[in-house]
Amino acid sequence: MISAPDVVAFTREEEEEGELRSEPPLPEEYSVPLFPFAGHGANPWARASSSKFTRDFILISEFSEQVGPQPLLTIPDDAKVPGAFDLNYFSLRIMSVDYQASFVGHPPGSAYPKLNFVEDSKVVLGDSKEGAFAYVHHLTLYDLEARGFVRPFCMAYISADEHKIMQQFQQLSAEFSKASECLKTGNRKAFANELEKKLKDLDYTRTVLHNETEIQKKANDKGYYTTQAIEKANELASVEKSIIEHQDLLKQIRSYPYRKMKEADVHPYEPECTPDQANAGCDQDPTTSDLAEPGETHLYAHMPSYTPKLIKAKSAKCFDKKLKTLEELCDIYFFTQTLDQLHQIERTFRGDVCYLLTEQISRALLKKQSVTNFLFEDVSLLDEKPSENQYKGCQGLSQDAINRKCMEESSAPKVVVSLGSYKSSVESVPIKMEPEIEDSQEPQMTESVTFEHQENLDYLDADIKGSISSGESIEVLGTEKSASGLTKSESQASLPVSPSPQVGRSKVGSRRTVSEDSIEVLSTCPSEALIPEDFKASYPSAINEEPYADDEEGGLRFTSKLNPDDADEQEDVLKEENLVQVDSTCCIGKESPSFLEPQPDMGQKPCEEDGVVRIPPQPYRQGEQGLRGSFGTFPSHDSVSGGLLPYELDSRYPTGSREISKSSLDECSDSTSYISSAASTCSDRTPSPAHPTGQASDRHKKKAGQNALRFIRQYPFAHPAIYSLLTGRTLVVLGEEEAIVKKLVTALSIFVPNCGVYAKPVKHWVTSPLHVVDFQKWKLIGLQRTASPAGVNALHALSRYSRYVSILDADSKTLRCPLYKGALVSRLADHRTQIKRGSTYYMHVQSILTQLCSKAFLFTFCHHLHLPISEREPEESVVNRRMNFLKLQLGLANEDIKIVQYLAELLKLQCIQEPGRGLNPLLRFDYVPSFLYKI
Amino acid sequence: KSSVQTIGEEQIQNPYTELLVLKGHQDIVRFLVQIDDYRFASAGDDGIIFLWDAQTGEQLLGLHGHTQKITAIASFSSSNASEENEHLILTASADRTVIVWDCSSGRQVQKVSCFHSTVKCLTVLQRLDVWLSGGSDLCVWNRKLDLLCKTSHLTDAGINALVELPKNCVAAAVGKELIIFRLIPSNDGSEGWNILEVKRLVDHQDNILSLVSVNDFTFVTGSHVGELIVWDALDWTKQALECNFWDSSVHPDAQPEIKLTQSPNETSVQHLTSDEECVFAAVGKGIYVYNLQMKRVIACQRAAHDSSVLHIEKLPNRQLISCSEDGSVRIWELREKQQLPAEPVPTGFFNMWGFGRANKQANQAAKKMQESTPMYFLELVGDLIGHSSAVQMFLYFGELGLATCSADHLIILWKDGERESRLRSLTLFQKLAQNGDLQLKF
Repeated sequence: MISAPDVVAFTREEEEEGELRSEPPLPEEYSVPLFPFAGHGANPWARASSSKFTRDFILISEFSEQVGPQPLLTIPDDAKVPGAFDLNYFSLRIMSVDYQASFVGHPPGSAYPKLNFVEDSKVVLGDSKEGAFAYVHHLTLYDLEARGFVRPFCMAYISADEHKIMQQFQQLSAEFSKASECLKTGNRKAFANELEKKLKDLDYTRTVLHNETEIQKKANDKGYYTTQAIEKANELASVEKSIIEHQDLLKQIRSYPYRKMKEADVHPYEPECTPDQANAGCDQDPTTSDLAEPGETHLYAHMPSYTPKLIKAKSAKCFDKKLKTLEELCDIYFFTQTLDQLHQIERTFRGDVCYLLTEQISRALLKKQSVTNFLFEDVSLLDEKPSENQYKGCQGLSQDAINRKCMEESSAPKVVVSLGSYKSSVESVPIKMEPEIEDSQEPQMTESVTFEHQENLDYLDADIKGSISSGESIEVLGTEKSASGLTKSESQASLPVSPSPQVGRSKVGSRRTVSEDSIEVLSTCPSEALIPEDFKASYPSAINEEPYADDEEGGLRFTSKLNPDDADEQEDVLKEENLVQVDSTCCIGKESPSFLEPQPDMGQKPCEEDGVVRIPPQPYRQGEQGLRGSFGTFPSHDSVSGGLLPYELDSRYPTGSREISKSSLDECSDSTSYISSAASTCSDRTPSPAHPTGQASDRHKKKAGQNALRFIRQYPFAHPAIYSLLTGRTLVVLGEEEAIVKKLVTALSIFVPNCGVYAKPVKHWVTSPLHVVDFQKWKLIGLQRTASPAGVNALHALSRYSRYVSILDADSKTLRCPLYKGALVSRLADHRTQIKRGSTYYMHVQSILTQLCSKAFLFTFCHHLHLPISEREPEESVVNRRMNFLKLQLGLANEDIKIVQYLAELLKLQCIQEPGRGLNPLLRFDYVPSFLYKI
Repeated sequence: KSSVQTIGEEQIQNPYTELLVLKGHQDIVRFLVQIDDYRFASAGDDGIIFLWDAQTGEQLLGLHGHTQKITAIASFSSSNASEENEHLILTASADRTVIVWDCSSGRQVQKVSCFHSTVKCLTVLQRLDVWLSGGSDLCVWNRKLDLLCKTSHLTDAGINALVELPKNCVAAAVGKELIIFRLIPSNDGSEGWNILEVKRLVDHQDNILSLVSVNDFTFVTGSHVGELIVWDALDWTKQALECNFWDSSVHPDAQPEIKLTQSPNETSVQHLTSDEECVFAAVGKGIYVYNLQMKRVIACQRAAHDSSVLHIEKLPNRQLISCSEDGSVRIWELREKQQLPAEPVPTGFFNMWGFGRANKQANQAAKKMQESTPMYFLELVGDLIGHSSAVQMFLYFGELGLATCSADHLIILWKDGERESRLRSLTLFQKLAQNGDLQLKF
């Protein structure tokens, strides 16, 4: 860790103190914005809103076809956590903004029902009434007995801190995607099993039926078929049909994993919007099949008709059947994995957002210090985080923070850009607060102006939204998907829209508009769907999609992206588009404030940086309008729709034939997207938790920090002890009691530089006599003191090797080690420090050590400090130069020089190490006298 | 009470501030032999020979072939300019074999197993391009491992030491006797040699433990009871005899009973080394410097170590390194006495002998010193502590460092930390330049 969150609390006091000013300014990443409500004397840590729950938690809800939205479980699984918070109510809220819709049915074009491989949708919502903000991740699971084979679920990360949700959106999204992926994998497995069983049943049924028919045939000598016989034959035929359908389903589900191999993508495609969604609040009856599309109805209708006695009991009415639990829907292994992952998420994002941000920034920065990292950082921890994203997120965040701070000043466009780039998915935008500005056709020249203005507005909105939107408890602020729509719409604002979907959509839109509940979708981002190359080939339906998309405005452009090969070129195009679009977006945002504000350069950044096209949050929501009319005009009256892409909306209502044909393509929706990208950020194939070791090491850090704090307060000779460790002189902690010794070792271990990328050279407890090899290997050793002969031997060995070790006697509280007169360690371990908490102290130590590392780095890599400038230059002058540098340039005094020299030596060793060959561990030592320190 | 001189933790003159522990052996490591400028071989009771890089401490080769402990090792490099530089090592083992190894490939060039007894010493006569093995008899071999000639059976105990003398002669220490052999080209004109016993010298009272050739005119022998005899290398006559020189010369009045308390180990001449002027003898726990010109001991450190000194070596810079059974290696410097001779010999010396009152000693010492005390003294300038058991031998590699081998199965490579640090910087920048990082960074 580079910086400590404690710092943040004091940032306000800095104005008057001139001395602080004299110091070089902090790097931008560290500058902390003033607390906006500081003027009111508020405690920056106080919760801005009065939420009914005490800490963040994860909620899993289901939209049950029997009882509607219902909470299933919370993580942590503790009733105290949600407290008075109404989970039922909130479930209803979050389930009602599911843009993802799935449709399984019997599309007209195809003979069999098709499965949707639906992408997850990711939405941020805020319920200001409840003081809750949530990242909501919708997903669907397959259930043979469910309507349309699908069961909609959602996982929500609920926090009282809106900024946390917004700023951690990327991370949350990535982590939840992993969890979701894990759940879905297990579900597919379970679903395939279920299908297999069903097929067996059907097969058996068919055999029985067939036999019966044969018997009837034989018995029948009348020459014509009895009604009974005809019925039987029909039954048989339908069983056979059902078998084929189920086989097809099985094939589809099995084909899935192979397609989901590589790439994640943003997939704006929304296949279907079930009426449930609109009706979410009141629709308790899942069998409102009359509303359902013909195809689906059909499918649904004939499903229960096959309930031959030989098939396992199948209820004709879905009310009667007991729906599978989430656990049953997934393979138990995957279910546990998912829970683990969710717990991991909960732990990861626990705590104040500034802590998270600091940690992320530090981590990102640390990653850059590839040379010196190994000395004091846990490299394995750094490596394991995949987060390219994260880093970007951090950048964005920091930018964001900066921007916020200097909001008043007109920010340079450049800054805005980078800022916007992050905000694409995160930044919230005001919805209802501004008066509407009518002229949506504002010319694009105003671009830059709008830009800044826009930004400012954004921030303002972000800051005050909580209070403003109080009237309506939930608002949809934006979705990333919708943003894609935006870009599209802007570039082709005047394109005609296919009319058919509009009807349904308008319904939704109006419905939403009308509804009193104020759902505030802060933003969504499309799930990172994967694009399988092979998928298109094997599933022609995917190809069909293209023409369909063409019909939609902008579809053409995006569909071309379908082909991954073209991705690169497309990106350029897209980039340009985005650049162009920026203007219009801005204008739109400005003019129609009731819509989500556009993020000016949303599309731009992703393209530039990682080739991933991230679709920015949808700035405006009147997709319906745009579809109905032209995109150029944005009637603002139905602004609540939630920022859906026009075609998303289309697909939601597969009422028309087009919809249905489209929905037949649904299965590819998961893997195909209109905007595809060559690169993917999707590392979430494996359901492994984000920081497997993170938690443990956090605890370790905290404990070590606490112990270290105690140590430096308790022992006046902490400085020479730490100095020993920093110069690579092995410190032996000698004591009778293992617990005490181990505690001391843990405390001191944070000061031990690593010799390589392996574990720290710390041995907590040794009972045998030490040898010179041990000093080579370990730099901090806990040694048992016993009265036994072995113990005497150990002490004897210790005194023999005393020149290599410093000895801290835990029993008599003495230290025998070389003198230390430097200044560095006193900053590292000030016994009068005000730091109270172990983790804070740990970070303090890390920050000073990091500073030290940078000095060592400088020293190591300055050529002339080690080698003569000219051939004839005598060694002495090099030595002089070296010492001068250490003393004057690096400002080191006395023994501090040795610390840096030791670290430099470690750096050199690390750098010149031949890859395949482990270097012999060295033992460097000095012939310096030791002194005995007593308390 | 310890009479051994100690040095504090501050050792300004000790250049060895970095060590590398070389692990590989599974038993006592007894021998180190230098192969070329940067390689050395180690061997010991586990019968394995390892080749090491003296710079990096890297284990280059492990030579397996002997079934019992190694008893002698010698390096045999061809000095022929015509051939490519071929480095061989010869190893003799208690399994009664001698194996010739190729140092570059680790290949076993040849194995001789026709010995009747363990070969205890190996000597290479570079000049004649032959090597000699000494066991119960003395055999002469050429490079191709043809047995050229051998002596008759000499003794069951075997030859303890061999040293090359001028005029194609060798001296072999066999028990108390010193036998001079001469190699004579065989009459038939082939490259064969005959070996002929020339003389037997029986001046030593006890087993001859060490044998060293000083120059073309002199060689020195030392025996178990502490006799040091200087011989003329040409006519094999006794030039000087220092018998019990550690006490009789300095303390003519020393009581005989004190001498009896001395165990023979404490007076045995374990190892001898020499430069042109002096012979350095490891006698018991002490180190003595015997000047050939003056024919007397010019400096001594009676209690240089806590127990027997096993090996000593003279460094070019007037320094002397000794290693001992006590597991330590010490660096001494031979300095001229600045003070008046009134300065007594270190008091430890007297304590060791259990003398009574100090002032009496001082008087005596002062008197003695005027006439016969050394005008030099050995100053302890550093000690190397790393081994946990007897340090058997060491090998001085100049600026590359010092390799020590010990009964704790380890070899430790002691290095000058400053130099190593500089070398690493050099390597680092070379590597950066290679990778092209230098341009980016500077």
